[in-house]
This record gives sequence, C-alpha cells and structure tokens, in this order.
Amino acid sequence: MHPAFSVIFLTTLIGAGQGLFLAIFTGQSYSAVRLVATQDSTSFYGLGALLALLFLVAGLFASFFHLGRPERAWRAASMWRTSWLSREVIMLPALMGLIFIYSMMHFFGWDTVLFTSKEGTTLQLSLVVGTVAVIATFLLFICTAMIYASIKFLQEWACALTVVNYLLLGTASGFTLATLFANSTAPDLVPLYGSWAIIITAAAFVTRGASLIRNARIKSKSTIQTAIGIRHTHIQQKSMGMQGGSMNTRDFFHHKTAAFMQVIKWTFLVLVFPLPIILLWIGMESNSSGILLGAFISQYLGLIAERWFFFAQANHPQNLYYQTT
Amino acid sequence: MTQLALVIDLNVCVGCHACVTSCKEWNTSGPAGYMTDENPYGKDPTGTFFNRVQTYEIGEFPHTETVHFPKSCLHCEEPPCVPVCPTGASYKREEDGIVLVDYDKCIGCRYCTWACPYGAREIDEDQKVMKKCTLCVDRIYDQSLPEAERKPACVLACPTSARLFGDVQDPESEVSVTIREQGGYQLMPEWGTKPSNHYLPRRKTRMHIHEDELQRADNPLNKEQRGPSAPVDAPTLDDSTSW
Ligand code: SF4
Ligand code: SF4
Repeated sequence: MHPAFSVIFLTTLIGAGQGLFLAIFTGQSYSAVRLVATQDSTSFYGLGALLALLFLVAGLFASFFHLGRPERAWRAASMWRTSWLSREVIMLPALMGLIFIYSMMHFFGWDTVLFTSKEGTTLQLSLVVGTVAVIATFLLFICTAMIYASIKFLQEWACALTVVNYLLLGTASGFTLATLFANSTAPDLVPLYGSWAIIITAAAFVTRGASLIRNARIKSKSTIQTAIGIRHTHIQQKSMGMQGGSMNTRDFFHHKTAAFMQVIKWTFLVLVFPLPIILLWIGMESNSSGILLGAFISQYLGLIAERWFFFAQANHPQNLYYQTT
Repeated sequence: MTQLALVIDLNVCVGCHACVTSCKEWNTSGPAGYMTDENPYGKDPTGTFFNRVQTYEIGEFPHTETVHFPKSCLHCEEPPCVPVCPTGASYKREEDGIVLVDYDKCIGCRYCTWACPYGAREIDEDQKVMKKCTLCVDRIYDQSLPEAERKPACVLACPTSARLFGDVQDPESEVSVTIREQGGYQLMPEWGTKPSNHYLPRRKTRMHIHEDELQRADNPLNKEQRGPSAPVDAPTLDDSTSW
C-alpha cells in the first residue's frame, strides 16, 4: 500500500496521547491505593491529561487531510454497526470528551469522595470518570487497529498481532512521554513511568518482531491465476488498460526499492526499541529531561517509520491486476 | 431475488476498448456529473474510469496466447466494500443487487478501495468522491429508451458481443444459461465475495483429422480405375521433343 502521512500521523499521535492518558491515570489510581505519592491535581493530573488531549486533537487534525470531503466527516459516525472506521470516528471524540472532563475535574477541583474504606483509602469521582476514559482508550486502540486487521485479504494486517501492536506501541510511547513529563512535574513518579515504559517497549518489541516474522513468511492466497481465472504457470501482464496510471497504481504501491524498505525496517527497529530503552535508563538515573526528551523523540520518529513500513509492507491483491507500474 | 450482472466472454473479446470509451462517454454525461480527466492530452494522462481492458500474455514464446481482460466492479453478492464504509455512502440495492456509491454522502476516505480485492473502485481526484461501475443504473430502467437499448453502455458498444447482461439469479436467463453451459467462472473465489459478474473462459475450436480421413476410402473414382497421371517430375513431351 502507499503509506499516507495523514494516517501515519493520526495513528502515532493518538497512540501517544492514549498511552499518556493511561500513564496519568495509572499514577492517580496507584496513589489512590497509596502505592505512590499523590500528585498535585492541577500541575500533574490536570495538565498531563490536557497534554494527552493535545495529542488526540493533533491526530484528529491530521486525519482530516486524508479525507476528500472533510466537511462531510460527521457522516462517518453513522455506520458503527458494520464499520470499524465509523466506530473509531465515534470513539475518538468520545475519548477526547472524557479526557477533557477528567482534566477539568482536576483543574477546578470538581471532585468528591464517593466512598471511604475502613483503612482510609478513598474512591474519588475523578477515578470513576478516569476508569470510563481508560475503557474508552482501550476501545479506541481496538477500533484503530481493527480498521486494518478486519480486511481479510490484506494478509499482512489480518492478524490479532496488529491489534496487540497498536496497543503496545501506542502505550509505550505514551509512557515514555509520561516519564519525561513526570521528570519536571512529579519526580517521584519517574521510576514508575520509566520502568513501565521500558517493560511495555520490550513487550512491543516481542510482538512487533513476531508480526515481522509472520509477514516475512506469508503466502498470498490470491495469485494472478485466481485473479484472471486462467490456469497457466506463466502469465505476464502486457497492458493495464491505461497509460498514465490511475488511483490503482498510485494508492496501492509504495514505489520504493527493497533496499529502502530494509533501511526503514532497521531504522524503526533501532529507534523504537533499544535506543529509547537505553535513553530511558540513563535519563532515569540522571534525572535529565534532555535525555528523556531524546528517548521520546527517538521513539516517536521510530514509530513514524514503523507505521510507514506497516502500510508499505501490505500487499493488496488488486496489485495482481497492476503489474506493469 | 434479482442480481443484475455482466458475463464477459474472454474467448470473444478482442481488446478494442469500445466498452471503455462508451462507458466513459455515457457516464461522464450522466446525471451524477462528469468523470474527471487530468492531462487528457498531456504526457501522463490519467482519470477516472469504471471499466478497463487489460491484456495478458499466457505462456512462453512461441507458445503464447493473448488474452484481453475487461475489468469493472463485479457487483459482488457479498461485497466486502459495503460494510466498511463509515458513512453508508456505499450500498447494495435490495431490488437488483447493484452496488452503488451515493456521491452526496461519500467523504472520500478511500477505505472501500482497501476492502475491494479487485481494485474496482477509483476515486475522482477532482470531486473527491469514490466512483465505480453503476451497471448504467440510469439507463437500464429508462422507459424513454427503446427496450433493446435498456442495457449498460458497454454491452451495447461491444462489437463482438463479448458482453452479456442479465439477472444471474434467474436460472433461465440468458446469462445464467451461458454461465452454466459455457463454464462461466468468478474472479478470486478464495475471498468469498461471490462476484456476480462472470467470465467465460477461452475455448479452443479444434478439428481433428486423421490420416485415413485425408483419403476417401470409398471414392468411386478408385473403382473406375482411372489411370494415374504421370509423376510431375517425369519428362514431358516438351522436354523430349524439339519442334
Ligand atoms: S468488485 Fe469490488 S467494488 Fe465491486 S462489489 Fe465487489 S468488492 Fe465492491
Ligand atoms: S470513500 Fe466514500 S464510499 Fe468509500 S468508504 Fe469512504 S465514504 Fe464510503
């Protein structure tokens, strides 16, 4: 497929935003059961959630560039019964709304204690809203990934690993970002976020690696023989029925060399996984925001390459009809 | 149930592109608006078409054969392009099984092109909405046309009658009988899309003549024992006589 940068930015930005929100909420829920210290509502929970919201807004903004008719985008919410894209279109604003409410609750202190246990742990309203938002976050990850995984003849995508990868890669970048954020606003949370970021990044390395191995061995179900229904081992296309190309030759091919693909693959394998893990480690030891920023930038740039590769690697069966591009 | 569809005979198609041009002509002048062309007279002409004729070479020289292969939306009975559309712009009509795009609802997200394994959908780069074959839905029901002309433009244009049009759900229709009797098949059956359009395979017409058929065994001339003429390389009178 031809990788569209609007979709690359959409998926990587909302992934990081979702991950950051999960991290902020993890901080608050750990503090509710007194595993970590409670942070300042405004400067940490409120601001952190707002930062996550900013990533989601940026992602949504990028997505509009993918549409031919953005002014009709609202219509895309109508077919949620059958279309994962429609479900994503509903979940993204829903999550944005929930995170906005969550952050406002912290900013303006609209919070009450709903329940206090004998040991003195409290259940706050913001935790309930946060839990709903966490569920929405996971649903959004599933919707985004299922847009790709649900197309069965794009065999590189049609796999549960696609969903797992979107979930883990987004969460990993969000936790890396949370480590950076905490380093300046809540230093006692840095070890929590940093270690989770490392663990999730390592887990994502395993699952993304698994999908690379799987995709390298894929045997495509469609062949030129089934495409035109002629049984012969030697079939060659002589004409595509056009001279200057069409959408079929532009949208479905990356037009890059195999060597370029290899470079992108190794670039993302280095930038997304080992480099951020090392930088996170050093950053946590030295409490250096600069190094943690490096970790996030490396991982985010790597994810752009990763998403580019994800799209480029998928080989659509329609390409069988367009072999002389 | 009705399912309108085309049956395309690869044995007959000569690759003349008459269906392509008549399709473009009819549909670009249709009520749904023009079909964009970019650089029509320039170096890299490109544009939106509902129908393309491709050419394949089967086999290796000298044992090759050329197959011309017209391709348009197959109006699948289980169209994977329809459920993925987030706006409902893509839909399949109950009454005749035609798969259509509502150009007023389409947001041009291109998701349906990913979901069509045949590459049958093309976005209109100017109007930014998805387009595809409509089976000339604006012509096949037009009561102002004579009945014989209520067919898709491509079917009418084909000079070799390689394209048939009809209801593939009606077992007695011309298309169903042809599919049954002449080995009509579907493209990429492996994805369960159940394309409604069918293709008829190349069929070789061969004559088998055996050696003994070259000589007529009961030739009455043999009975009459007409003397054989002299072998052609034997000297003739001209060779041996000087006048
Ligand atoms: S050929 Fe493609 S566009 Fe046409 S109905 Fe089938 S899946 Fe949809
Ligand atoms: S491009 Fe149009 S028809 Fe296709 S899925 Fe998007 S909205 Fe539906």
